Amino acid sequence: MSGAAVWGVILALGVGTFLIRFSFLGLIGRRQLPEWVLRHLRYTGVAVLPGLVAPLVLWPPATGGETEPARLLAGIATVAAGVWTRSVLGAMAAGAGVLYAGLALL
Amino acid sequence: MTVALSRSPSPLVQGLRDGLPFLAALMPFGLLFGVAANEAGLGLGAAMGFSIGVIAGASQFTAVSLIHDGAPALVVVLTALAVNLRMAMYSAALAPHLGAAPLWQRALASYALFDSTYACAAAAYPRHPGWSLGDRLAYFAGTAGPAVVLWLIVTALGSVLGATIPPWLALDFAAPICFLAMVAPGLRTLPQVAAALTSVAGALLLAWVPYSLGLLVAAVAAMAVGAEVERRLARRGRA
Repeated sequence: MSGAAVWGVILALGVGTFLIRFSFLGLIGRRQLPEWVLRHLRYTGVAVLPGLVAPLVLWPPATGGETEPARLLAGIATVAAGVWTRSVLGAMAAGAGVLYAGLALL
Repeated sequence: MTVALSRSPSPLVQGLRDGLPFLAALMPFGLLFGVAANEAGLGLGAAMGFSIGVIAGASQFTAVSLIHDGAPALVVVLTALAVNLRMAMYSAALAPHLGAAPLWQRALASYALFDSTYACAAAAYPRHPGWSLGDRLAYFAGTAGPAVVLWLIVTALGSVLGATIPPWLALDFAAPICFLAMVAPGLRTLPQVAAALTSVAGALLLAWVPYSLGLLVAAVAAMAVGAEVERRLARRGRA
């Protein structure tokens, strides 16, 4: 992507993100969102991020798209530790630990 | 705290204190964003542009990894904005507490509306029904101020260090680990798990679709699945 295109992305994403944050605080005030909209919004993070990551875990670009045990195990360990400890930092530490152990040993 | 204080600390100090644990998570995340931006071929200026202009970690990571994959600008923006849609919910939740502030203060609070500041404010405001509007704003500033400053510092550090970090550190995998670590603690309910599985299955099945459009389709489907499972569970609970 060219430098100008990158700055275009930054500008569009910055303005769009601000408008999302400003939506109710700034423009809509105390009016309530319809329940079905809130219900969909609750799942935005969990709907985008796993799908973004899944191909990177299964087919990492760093290995040319070959499935690689260290990265696969690190991905599984991160999720398992996150579900178990409920801690973002704990999950990150587990993922990094398994990744380096796997890269060193496997 | 078990010590009885004769006078409770000011809302600003309480905000600073409540925001502290989140700073520990923010540091590696921002550092790795700087590194990921560097990996994607972005310079220090563009990395700082993201962290100042967008100031939303997960969507910044999303945008940078899609740029790295060569996705077109429109797809990058739409996918990264989808990651941030949850903030509309935060904005709605805080509107009753901060809605009476002047426009510029509401705009500032919106700029600093992060997962962490929302989580702190949503927990603190109901605990302190006696707080004035000024108290609530001061508390919010206390949770947000250090996070904003630190976010910019660690982004710059990551971007500058990025090029000097050796390949055996496998920092290509920093972003996937960060994302999974953000999502996994929330996978506690059936609708959350159903949405996550739909997202993964959809993204893998549609990986052949050009311009990363498959991810957008998978994300919309996953949102619908999560919402629908929640609706059916609620209905069964009432029956």
